Amino acid sequence: MIEGTGPALAFWGLSALTLVSAGGVIVSRNLFHAVLFLVLAFIGIAGFFLLLSAEFLAMAQIVIYVGAIAVLMLYAIVLTPRAGRDNRETWMAVPALFVAVGLAAVLLFAIHDTDWAKSARAYVLSAGELGRELLGTWVLPFQLASVLLTAALVGAVMLVRSPEEERKEEEE
Amino acid sequence: MSVTLEHFLTVSALLFTLGLFIALSKRNAVGVLMGVELMLNASNLALLAFARLTEGPAQIAGPVFVVFVITVAAAEVAVALALAVSVYRVRETIDVDRITLLRM
Repeated sequence: MIEGTGPALAFWGLSALTLVSAGGVIVSRNLFHAVLFLVLAFIGIAGFFLLLSAEFLAMAQIVIYVGAIAVLMLYAIVLTPRAGRDNRETWMAVPALFVAVGLAAVLLFAIHDTDWAKSARAYVLSAGELGRELLGTWVLPFQLASVLLTAALVGAVMLVRSPEEERKEEEE
Repeated sequence: MSVTLEHFLTVSALLFTLGLFIALSKRNAVGVLMGVELMLNASNLALLAFARLTEGPAQIAGPVFVVFVITVAAAEVAVALALAVSVYRVRETIDVDRITLLRM
């Protein structure tokens, strides 16, 4: 439990920001506007991370999601000029709505029905502790993640090479 | 006034279902990817809320897992957008309804 009026106000403000921006991604008809709403939602999540006193993760969220992933999405839209910039739904919208509402109902019931093992004293994470854990207990997953990231980025570069470049390399 | 674990989990669940709806229903491949990113963010929020507000033997595991989710999300987005661009080169569309090469 996080006590105090300030955190509570911050929580409600951030909830409104995040959920309204996620709704904006659905409603906006222009893909560029959808990406901008997505950026707002990412910033709201970063605010939640700050509220949960994980400053390092909040900064990582801003740098990676807002700085890298959203910009990459904008580039993907710019690189597909004749594909249409509209953001409409397919015929799957109605079944998807039912699935989403059903899942929301199940999740909300589970959340409010479960007796969580709440702690009286909030656990506060420091960035130093996170770093020591990452390079101590979790060093093997950490290394695997770095290999995955390298492989994915090399794969992305290979996938988007233009046909002319490939032909030129074959001639050499 | 106070904020409890249930508040965070409720926001996370709603964000996850919004992301699920976007991922299932959008026509454009980039739009589908936006839904996936929202779902990953919602799970990150739930992980951090659990790490901070519940008792457990290894609460540091929550933030550590968030780091891994962010890493894998970055890798996934790079590959997915590269795939979208290379499909566009061949078909001149990234409309997921019209990419039906593998359909019977």
